[in-house]
Amino acid sequence: MQLPARVYEVKELVVSNQPIISAVDLKRYYSVSKGLLRKAGVVKALDGVSFELAAGKTLAVVGESGCGKSTLARLVAMIEHASAGELLLDGKSVYSNKSASNKIGGNKIKLNSRETRQAVQVVFQDPYASLNPRHKIGTILEEPLALNSKMSAEQRRSRAESMMQRVGLRPEHYERYPHMFSGGQRQRIAIARAMILNPRVLVLDEPVSALDLSIQAQVLNLLAELQREFGLAYIFISHDLSVVRHIADYVMVMYLGKVVEAASVKVLFSEPRHPYTVALLSATPTTDSRVRKKRLTLKGELPSPLDPPDGCAFNPRCPNASKECRKEQPALKQAEDNSRQLACFHPMATQ
Amino acid sequence: MTHLLDIRKLCIDFQSASGLFRAVDSIDMHCDSGEILAIVGESGSGKSVAMLAMMGLLPWNAKISAERMLFDGHDLLGLNKRERRRIIGKDIGMIFQEPMSSLNPCFTVGFQIGESLRLHLGLKGARKRERSIALLRQVGIPAPETRLSAFPHQLSGGMCQRVMIAMVLASNPKLLIADEPTTALDVTIQAQILELLLSLQREKDMALILITHDMGVVAETAERVQVQYAGQKVEEQNVRSLFSAPRHPYTAALLASLPERARTRGKLPSIVGVVPGQFDRPPACLFAPRCAQAKSVCNENVRQQGAAHGHALCNFPLEYTK
Amino acid sequence: MGLSIRALGITSTRSMRKDSVRKNSLQEKRSVRTRMLAEFWFYFAENRGAVIGLRVFALLVLLAIAAPLVAPLPPSEQYRDAFLTPPVWQEGGSWKFILGTDAVGRDILSRLIYGARFSLFIGLVVVTIAISGGVLLGLLAGYCRGVIDTLIMRIMDVILAFPSLLLALVMVAILGPGLLNAMIAIAIVLQPHFVRLTRASVLNEINRDYVTSARVAGAPPLYLITRTILPNCLSPIIVQGTLSFSTAILDAAALGFLGLGAQPPTPEWGTMLAEAREFILRAWWVVTFPGLAILLTVLAINLVGDGLRDALDPKLKKS
Repeated sequence: MQLPARVYEVKELVVSNQPIISAVDLKRYYSVSKGLLRKAGVVKALDGVSFELAAGKTLAVVGESGCGKSTLARLVAMIEHASAGELLLDGKSVYSNKSASNKIGGNKIKLNSRETRQAVQVVFQDPYASLNPRHKIGTILEEPLALNSKMSAEQRRSRAESMMQRVGLRPEHYERYPHMFSGGQRQRIAIARAMILNPRVLVLDEPVSALDLSIQAQVLNLLAELQREFGLAYIFISHDLSVVRHIADYVMVMYLGKVVEAASVKVLFSEPRHPYTVALLSATPTTDSRVRKKRLTLKGELPSPLDPPDGCAFNPRCPNASKECRKEQPALKQAEDNSRQLACFHPMATQ
Repeated sequence: MTHLLDIRKLCIDFQSASGLFRAVDSIDMHCDSGEILAIVGESGSGKSVAMLAMMGLLPWNAKISAERMLFDGHDLLGLNKRERRRIIGKDIGMIFQEPMSSLNPCFTVGFQIGESLRLHLGLKGARKRERSIALLRQVGIPAPETRLSAFPHQLSGGMCQRVMIAMVLASNPKLLIADEPTTALDVTIQAQILELLLSLQREKDMALILITHDMGVVAETAERVQVQYAGQKVEEQNVRSLFSAPRHPYTAALLASLPERARTRGKLPSIVGVVPGQFDRPPACLFAPRCAQAKSVCNENVRQQGAAHGHALCNFPLEYTK
Repeated sequence: MGLSIRALGITSTRSMRKDSVRKNSLQEKRSVRTRMLAEFWFYFAENRGAVIGLRVFALLVLLAIAAPLVAPLPPSEQYRDAFLTPPVWQEGGSWKFILGTDAVGRDILSRLIYGARFSLFIGLVVVTIAISGGVLLGLLAGYCRGVIDTLIMRIMDVILAFPSLLLALVMVAILGPGLLNAMIAIAIVLQPHFVRLTRASVLNEINRDYVTSARVAGAPPLYLITRTILPNCLSPIIVQGTLSFSTAILDAAALGFLGLGAQPPTPEWGTMLAEAREFILRAWWVVTFPGLAILLTVLAINLVGDGLRDALDPKLKKS
């Protein structure tokens, strides 16, 4: 299979040897009808994203709402089919060869095998919505096993119980219904369900942003333990930069469907270069009065994805925007010092 | 000295399927003009409920009692519904977390702002329109003339929150309550809205009560902070000393569990257990079962400390050597 | 002391511990059930009307079941010496016929008690047919979307476009008069409501995270529809079912009144009304009591439906 050249540029970012999961120029377009007699518009929710991720590592995807991070999560979790590009698990495409339905809006997804589906599991943001309110915890946890394995009821139960214990739930919770639990416990249940098929990749779509502070730390700790224990690769979607800084190894910053900057967590947080990254970092409120710096407040709001601006999508809000930015779209390129990938004509100076 | 808002020993109970549930447990609160008070706490700490009770916005199954509930010299407890409406709609403004659902989707932005101008100031016709435009400009909405005829769904979340703020400002309130005003918004928009709130507060010398769970927002905006846990006020300090020297073990543990305060990667210090519910309410100190410093005394009684120890509701407040 | 007990616990065999866990979870199962029932009852009982409605309905069910024991006289027996006897409290009434007799000398009270059987039976059968068909079609339409959706929903629109009683009349005219045909006709007329309701719930639920989670876990479509989505759509369907129960009784009575439902001498309430039509001015009780029976039953069931809606409405149960 011929891969586009861009994928090799990404490789330097990955320290570990073998990537488990990788994306090559993933795209997802939606067609949106604007009315009866007008031509349907196309929303480029995700416009060419590539990455590689090895076992035991965490890739964080940050950005504001509408930047495409949740779309990326849905593609990687194989909930939706990519409009173009490839998603590779152990170097093999996850899509079956027969599925040529890579068209816009096509939602039918055909995978090459059952194992592929099991290898990538997902934890959603809202633990109140992600658990079936009419099922008991036991049923919720055993459902994936019943669907995918030939385990007996007895075996399923003991597997579910050991997983409940692993995530910090008590055995008597087995018979309870989701509405009897607090948000943190529900998120533990959701994590247990995602873990029960022994996946290799977990897609975490804002897993702690709906939780209280004291619970957030517990769940982050649990996720870190599980990663170490099972060598999981995490794709961590978040808008909370302090959480990302704590848990991630690599960070991709997205804006309007595209990656604008990607680097290791250390590099990105200590010397951000893309103006949007800088603005994001400085807009995040901090409790530490010593590091409070001059804020780069952005003007205006996210442009409509239906009608993105010409050139760089960020140019209407960017302090560094020039004529060039309004005409041409900067490509994501490896920076000269190889520390990061950057899509900007006029990056901020390093301090 | 009299405060603009002065609440003593406010208690709120909810009638539920399984008996009475105490949401707010004898909370004291006061706030002055030109002051920014932040109320922080996790969900279920009663931070919004107390404010809603003051506004008379709680459902029928809530029972409210208080020793004192004064606003600007009026006793809110003794007011009937009509008097309460007159004071509250005009002198107290409130903005909510979900700007999209706080605005009526059936009416244009201009109509909704106009309504509050008509109700509170009796403005009509061209003067109403003029004032609406001025308000929208004041909250930083570009091209306010054209935005007047926009419907809420045509605006973004940040814009809707600005409109909400404009509506509240219409009556020139003395107290503005912002209940998680930026939680539903993106960080860059959050920064814009907070800046707007602060500049308006300074300009109009309003009192601002900011209810939030975001410690970063508190640290960057508030002057005085009150920490709530399971319906009780556990600590009250000015913002600087709260973050440098928290006195209540709960505040300290909460701050320590912030990822941005973690010294190393790896394990975050977390608080074991969960907030007590209706049935497992501890006898004395509500935080005792989760507290690292708790001794057996803490299950018998709990003492309110003085100002030197941040009014901490704790028998053993944390000490710091200078 | 505490230490030694703990030490004992460690030495106990694994299977013993497992047993105790199982026993605990059995207890847990029971307590969870009772707790949920208690919660349901709390919200239901909050609505006083619903509780009264439930009492009346329960009484009706008991009466219907125990009709041969409760009814003072056989329902179809004609007492030739007592045509149009007034109720007991009026002049000329007798304790033998508490609510009086009709034009051919049958005891009205007994006929009403037996009539409860028919009414409840009609309600039950009609609602069962309407729900099973309606839910099936609704699930299909909501899950498949596209052509199937359009086809099903347009057919339902056509059915809804007719006045319901008129459509039922036409259908009974085609199938021939009789209680069974009337029930089928009413079920078909009521069905579109269930289809629409189910489809709306499915559309609402299908994009929720828990359905997506089940898909990520590899659930096939049939499993998704029946196990994941359907249980979450049931609340509004149950409420609508209760309300349709009373509609079915009303419609059946109307068809009976028009002579197209249950045929005389069946003691069906609507049929009884039809037979009594010509005596409205002379003997008020012949029309009033069957009418009252219909009114009370429908009212009681509607009140129960209201209470169910309160108790099942997820907006009220935030927990």
